[in-house]
Amino acid sequence: MAEMTSTSYQRTMSTRGFYRKHKLVIMPFVFIAPAFAMFAIFVIYPIIQSVALSFTEWQGIGPKRWVGLDNYRELWGDRVFWTSLVNNIYWLVLFLLAPVFGLFVALFLNQTVFGIRLVKSLFFFPFVVSQIVVGLVFAWFYDPAFGLLATILEPLGISFPPILADENLATFGIIVAGLWPQTAYCMILYLTGLNSVNPEMIEAARLDGAKGWRLLVKIVLPQLRAATFIALVVTVIGALRSFDLVAIMTEGGPYNSSNVLAYYMYDNAIFRYRMGYASAIATVLFAIMNVYIIWFLLRLWANEKGAR
Amino acid sequence: MNFFKTAVCAAALTAMAASVSARELVINANTSDPAQRQAMEELVASFESEYPEIEVVFNLYDHEAFKTAMRNFLVSDAPDLITWNAGNRMRVFVELGLFEDVTDVWEAEGLYESMPAVIGASSVDGRQYGVPYAYYAWGLYYRRDLFEQAGITEAPTNWEEFMEVGAQLNEAGITPVTIGTRNLWPAAGWFDFLNMRINGAEFHAELMDGEVAYTDDRVRAVFDAWAELVEADFFIDNHPGYSFQEALPFMNQGDAAMYLLAPFIVSMFPEDVLENVDWFPFPIIDPEVGIYEDAPTDSFHIPVNATNKEDARLFLAFAARADVQTETAATLDMLPPNVNATVAEDRFTQGGFAQLSRADGIMQFYDRDTDPALARVGMQGFQEFMQNPDRIDEILERIEAERARIYGEL
Repeated sequence: MAEMTSTSYQRTMSTRGFYRKHKLVIMPFVFIAPAFAMFAIFVIYPIIQSVALSFTEWQGIGPKRWVGLDNYRELWGDRVFWTSLVNNIYWLVLFLLAPVFGLFVALFLNQTVFGIRLVKSLFFFPFVVSQIVVGLVFAWFYDPAFGLLATILEPLGISFPPILADENLATFGIIVAGLWPQTAYCMILYLTGLNSVNPEMIEAARLDGAKGWRLLVKIVLPQLRAATFIALVVTVIGALRSFDLVAIMTEGGPYNSSNVLAYYMYDNAIFRYRMGYASAIATVLFAIMNVYIIWFLLRLWANEKGAR
Repeated sequence: MNFFKTAVCAAALTAMAASVSARELVINANTSDPAQRQAMEELVASFESEYPEIEVVFNLYDHEAFKTAMRNFLVSDAPDLITWNAGNRMRVFVELGLFEDVTDVWEAEGLYESMPAVIGASSVDGRQYGVPYAYYAWGLYYRRDLFEQAGITEAPTNWEEFMEVGAQLNEAGITPVTIGTRNLWPAAGWFDFLNMRINGAEFHAELMDGEVAYTDDRVRAVFDAWAELVEADFFIDNHPGYSFQEALPFMNQGDAAMYLLAPFIVSMFPEDVLENVDWFPFPIIDPEVGIYEDAPTDSFHIPVNATNKEDARLFLAFAARADVQTETAATLDMLPPNVNATVAEDRFTQGGFAQLSRADGIMQFYDRDTDPALARVGMQGFQEFMQNPDRIDEILERIEAERARIYGEL
């Protein structure tokens, strides 16, 4: 009897001991597990599934047919795919104007005068409005027959080009529409950043004779590094996943000249019922994003190491 | 506590009783335009009053959303009845084994006799897979007052007259035709009619089935005629920038005179404009070729995975009845496929009816007759051609490449 109690006692001691010994290793996993489970089901599994689908030909229902790398081979020779990729690059490059504009709007609004809060919220307004509304409004601005811009420019003797109907201009027309809310977003990021700028440092710089441009570049901007980093991150992601504006303003047209990868993927899946081909496009887009995400993670990692 | 238990039991019992006695009929529909929506709600209401023991659950989807959603619900959670289109669009689902064979309804209700015009459109290999409730004629809607302003007294019936009308309108400062090609399909209407008028329906059907190359000389002839129109400034500028509704103001404001479209446009005209709007069929190009028309047909289908197929069949029989079709088609501004039904007394419906009655054959529509992937590439090509007629060779090669990918090399 005494023996039994002692062994059972020992067992509980040993399991407890194992837990106690590895507590620091186990607990983080326990805490991460719920989030990881969700992430695995809703993110990782669909990614694997899309990549797998990209090697098949599938209508969305019915049998799947394994075609190996055929979809990728077709992509390589697909004119529209290359147009979309080039347009994505235009988006990426031109969208970087948003942090720049956002910074200047923020600097301009970062003053204490009566009613500035109202002005700030008005500037932030386009980001709150749905992208669909932004797209519709800009499409009306651009309308060459009844639109606002044409109506203003026509009496001045300037003929306004049909931006969204022109194969060379459509993409840029959409990007301008996209810059509007994106600038507002970057502005907010910079405004909060400016709040934490150390006024004593500015004072000291002023005393040393720094002003204007030099003050901005040497003293203010370095303190806004965190805001700049986030603004860049959200802008690049915004550019790569540009979809709603394209869908609402041109549907990728005229004849695919304003298409982007995300919309071309949707076009193939929804209008042409080519799930396999659409998945191949998604996989390529994913690979492109990964390059950027890896850069982002490395930056983050380096930062954390530096902080320690 | 006891009271609570009794209440729960009672509730459960009623629920069970309800699920036993109520015959529930689930209908998923894509009829989201105002007139379509009203017509469908009225149809459901009159069905319920005729069969009070059946409870209809009516789910309305947006047109485009329905196309995606049906691929899910037909497999996973099938309703008892859906609205869809006859022709190739139906065939796709029949071949996937997702639509129920309803030949028995056609036989029992004598639909072969009462709906002769749509037998072909709703059959695959001699079996019927749906019951049409409405179809409609495409044609040129035009403003009589603008025609008169340009000194035109009669609607054109052949190609020469049509070109002449265009020249006269242009001279009077009116663009002959408005069109919005951002949604792509309005351009396909022009292709369909030009091809049917020049090459006939047999060739058109072969082309839709992928049996002829797009680089064929006969297809080329269609684009030559189309280029004539483009070069004679028939179409409004910048049409890729407009959806089909956004192109309508040009006609309302008197800047353009004609629009090749279907009856769903009628309810979109403001009343004062509508007074002057009239309709004429697409002009004859080659008198040797018979008259073929685009007449898209909308129909009901029973999914194979439906639970209440019996009541769905009741609904099909009801929706096919002459008096019911009279009502539905009139609300839709469309035509009832049932020959015993009455065609509404307005000039568009009557005109469309007369035209289809003398037609030698009907097709559905470009994006309903051919493979959806090919239709998309084809229509983008049409849009590009209307802006750049000189790129025709490159465009046709691109469409042909897509045809070859889907249907195989010839």
